[in-house]
Amino acid sequence: MTAHFKQDGPVESNRLDGMKQGVIGKALPRVEGLAKVTGTAPYAAEYQAANMAEGVLVTATITRGTVSSIDTQSVLAMPGVLAVIQDSRMTTRAAQGTAGQAPQQEPQTVSYWGQPIALVVAETFEQARDAAKQLTITYDAEEGAPLDPQAVESEAKEGQTVNQGDLAHAMAEAAHSVDVTIDTEGHASAAMEPHAAIAQWEGDKLTLYASLQMLNYNIAELADALGIEEEDVRLRAPYVGGGFGSKLGISEEAVAAAIAAKQLDRPVRVVMSRQQVFQCIMRRSETHQRLRLACDDDGRLTGFGHDALVSNLPGEAFAEPVLQSSHFLYGGDNRSLSLNVARIHRMTAGSVRAPGEAVGMPALEVAMDQLAEEAGIDPVELRLRNIPERNPEEDLPFSSHKLAECLRQGAEAFGWDSGPRTPRQHKEGEWWIGTGMASAARVHNVSEAKVRVSLIADGTALVRTDMTDIGTGTYTILAQIVGEMLGLPVDKVMVELGDTQNPRGPGSGGSWGAASIGSAAFMACHALRKTLAERVGTSEEELSLKDGIANSGPSLVELLDGKELSELGHYEPGDIADDYTASGFGAFFAQVRVNRFTGEARVDRMLGAFGFGRVLNAKTARSQCLGGITWSIGAALTESLMFDPNDGHLVNCDLAEYHMPVHRDIGEVEVLMVEERDPVASPIQAKGIGELGMCGGAAAIANAIYNACGARLHHFPMTPDRILAALPD
Amino acid sequence: MKPFQYTRPESLVHAAQLSQDTEALAIAGGTNLLDLMKLQVETPDRLVDINRLGLGEITENTDGTLRIGALVTNTAAANHPRIRADYPVLARAILAGATQQLRNKATTGGNLCQRTRCYYFTNIDQPCNKREPGSGCGAIEGVARLHAVLGTSTECIATYPGDMAVAMSALDAAVHILAEDESERTVPVRDFHCLPGDTPWRDNVLEPGEIITAVTLPPPVQGKQIYRKVRERSSYAFALTSVAAIIAMEGDRIARADLAFGGLAHKPWHDPRLSTLLVGKLPSAALFDEAGDLLLEDAQGFGENDFKIPLARRTLAAVLAEATETEI
Ligand SMILES: Cc1cc2nc3c(=O)[nH]c(=O)nc-3n(C[C@H](O)[C@H](O)[C@H](O)COP(=O)(O)OP(=O)(O)OC[C@H]3O[C@@H](n4cnc5c(N)ncnc54)[C@H](O)[C@@H]3O)c2cc1C
Ligand code: SF4
Repeated sequence: MTAHFKQDGPVESNRLDGMKQGVIGKALPRVEGLAKVTGTAPYAAEYQAANMAEGVLVTATITRGTVSSIDTQSVLAMPGVLAVIQDSRMTTRAAQGTAGQAPQQEPQTVSYWGQPIALVVAETFEQARDAAKQLTITYDAEEGAPLDPQAVESEAKEGQTVNQGDLAHAMAEAAHSVDVTIDTEGHASAAMEPHAAIAQWEGDKLTLYASLQMLNYNIAELADALGIEEEDVRLRAPYVGGGFGSKLGISEEAVAAAIAAKQLDRPVRVVMSRQQVFQCIMRRSETHQRLRLACDDDGRLTGFGHDALVSNLPGEAFAEPVLQSSHFLYGGDNRSLSLNVARIHRMTAGSVRAPGEAVGMPALEVAMDQLAEEAGIDPVELRLRNIPERNPEEDLPFSSHKLAECLRQGAEAFGWDSGPRTPRQHKEGEWWIGTGMASAARVHNVSEAKVRVSLIADGTALVRTDMTDIGTGTYTILAQIVGEMLGLPVDKVMVELGDTQNPRGPGSGGSWGAASIGSAAFMACHALRKTLAERVGTSEEELSLKDGIANSGPSLVELLDGKELSELGHYEPGDIADDYTASGFGAFFAQVRVNRFTGEARVDRMLGAFGFGRVLNAKTARSQCLGGITWSIGAALTESLMFDPNDGHLVNCDLAEYHMPVHRDIGEVEVLMVEERDPVASPIQAKGIGELGMCGGAAAIANAIYNACGARLHHFPMTPDRILAALPD
Repeated sequence: MKPFQYTRPESLVHAAQLSQDTEALAIAGGTNLLDLMKLQVETPDRLVDINRLGLGEITENTDGTLRIGALVTNTAAANHPRIRADYPVLARAILAGATQQLRNKATTGGNLCQRTRCYYFTNIDQPCNKREPGSGCGAIEGVARLHAVLGTSTECIATYPGDMAVAMSALDAAVHILAEDESERTVPVRDFHCLPGDTPWRDNVLEPGEIITAVTLPPPVQGKQIYRKVRERSSYAFALTSVAAIIAMEGDRIARADLAFGGLAHKPWHDPRLSTLLVGKLPSAALFDEAGDLLLEDAQGFGENDFKIPLARRTLAAVLAEATETEI
């Protein structure tokens, strides 16, 4: 049976709080943790198939043009080489998140340096890699491809422009104002597991082991690219070694592996090299942002302006949604916002963890810090004074909104000093030490989700969906939700993920996974409880389940009487999104030291206080926040994609030269989770967590750098050279 | 990676003889060489494995010098009690490099011979005079953040990326080299690496058929030893600039100032004029400035790396201030 629920209004019943098992919210370790650390959880490239051949992608060495010929004879005689595959169905870019259709195909047309154009298949990986490098390719290059986003005419992204009141007037009349331009550089997802696929055909049926985040969309993307039916495709991705947006859509290796396997009539594995992952998956666009803020004597915003320029390849619909939270985070009657896209020939820009707020919030929050300084108001107080009652652009109510609590509780826990904030007041040897803060915001999303929950005759539960766990904790929180609802300890709840033979989940992305799939599981359990209640002779509301016993009487095994009981939970976001603005909120506080000789900045400690609805597992939730804060530190201080100015290729395309923070860069980190239930966000009152931890954090660090040494930087990341250049004498 | 033959010779001389073939390369820890082979930057026909040939010892000589075998790992060298006690600048330089896992495999000889991290050198689809003589230099008109500001040529602006050798240059250590004809020679570390000039493919003075057998450190000297490495993240990153310093005072005056710099040139940069300038002087901000002027008088930036010039000056001042306990 199906338990379908479409959410058109708030769900105030908070049923999870009334259950008896006591596992929901608990800081339980990940149920698949042991398998992962003992190497028994297989990742995409680790499956074994008899007679498997190995494919290596060949990539373009021009920026724009066409492949005029590939001299396959030059490598076919090499030992072990089986084929050079050139097929117009091969894809040249990764699909954007939730595309549900094939991305750009026809690999003979080149639109960025490093684009896949062919696949070499050999008996061994080493043979294929060598042959891929030896292949002679001739191009018809089209010179003059634009590479610099600020040197080309840009186009306005539709639906993003807001003009309300008269910002110019508000700026002119303001008691205090700031008008700053802030740049952020490109970021890479840099997930630990590289993109990989193993394709295996049985007749016309394809099974693909892959490293993907959203099988529910990926199956359609793959079928569309290959020109086959979804029914003939099975995707498997039970374990995914990180995605951060880079695996939302199918990438080039998946389609190439499927085509090669069909052509050679044997399984084919294609694993991208680390350099290929950097060069042909997704980049977060660099941004060029202008912030205009105007306020009255009390620091109340009267004008709010945020204009951003981002870039992407021609033909890509995605534009880094920089303004996403700017639309509602703070008030101000006179508003002007715009987002423009420059078409340039760098690799595809797409979703990288927290698309939009990851770069929009740091810029906004640096500007807010400057406004606080102008107005002589404590930065925490300035934010508190500007929390709007309703969404200032759409005049909608907010769902549960915890920004004020996060600011207050965070300031208290951090030991925030609300006194005067003159820079360079604290010195320790060669180091200046300062503090800074910033707000956090990230829109809340949910998505349609289905999951089958079965009570097995032996009194255990089985949960099945094609939802993925990309390291976030989906296995564990599903076991907790189902355990709580059905009165079972988590080790009695088996969870099967990452297989398209199971019902369609929402996929992992946009931080919507837990709230969406968790709500579907909740619906299924609710229906199962009804049936059990009938068997006990009571109502669902009166049914108490704990440790496999119902209402201190019959056991589940007795109630099931040798027969399985199963429900398909189906959750659909309804019209409620039109009636409320729902978002996660938070606050960051940082203490940073800056070396007065070398300009090196190091984070001593950082605290994030967050309100994101119900916490399903305090440990996995905290881990998400820690990860987000780590990304904040990278975005603030080190991470930057560097592109060659002449051909647009990505130069720092490995983990040695793309500088994510290392352990030593992460000082003391504290996470404070503010108690919250959001009945609008989802039937389980949970909101998204995964991305909020990096939505503004970089600004807390930038503001602390200013407070430490007086260097007010407007360019992320704040590397030693930039800090030295901005140091006042 | 191109297919290659793997040989494990019985003796050092045999290893040297096998390495004489221009298509052969010695392999020690492999942490640099194997990465470059996977990228098809290095394409040897033959790998000559010099592990297990007895070069893994650190020995104390009667004249007070310390001999570090070419196969001594970075971890073993950095943790050796004599090196920690008498040559802390070396221990610190080694520990400032790479990661623990890499240092466990990396060897003394391999570290001296590690190749540049220039982004164009490691990408075979880009021009690079070092990798492919005559193909041009991608970095000069491209992204030159890591690149040199001293001793560059119109052919190549790459840096020698290592840390260990910078400390060895300050210490004035010597490299022992064995040739295929069993002859041996000793070259000061300061002369071991080359400037790019019009032979950018040449990193150092090793000829085909020559193998490094050891590095000898001179007898310990008095003074403070400092290794300061500047980088945007605090580990697992090559130096934007680094300074190795051995500074001794006599009363108020500087009595010894041996300095070497990393991240600035195609070799660990040693400028003997700095010692001449500093020795005998009273330390002061003005003197440190003068030292910076002298060090960088011929420095030339290439856009993205212009910052290295002020950064090197400031880092030098910081190190001199620390070593001489001078407030600046
Ligand atoms: C990600 C990463 C980060 C790093 N960061 C740093 C850093 O911050 N600082 C730093 O200093 N280093 C750093 N390194 C470099 C590391 O120190 C070197 O890779 C290592 O020292 C090389 O030693 P090896 O024994 O592995 O050399 P191999 O890789 O075996 O050899 C390197 C070269 O030396 C030659 N060779 C080796 N031994 C001899 C010999 N006895 N005689 C003649 N030729 C020889 C080989 O033929 C080869 O050309 C880093 C490396 C990596 C991969
Ligand atoms: S700087 Fe040297 S190593 Fe780098 S591209 Fe130019 S020639 Fe090659």
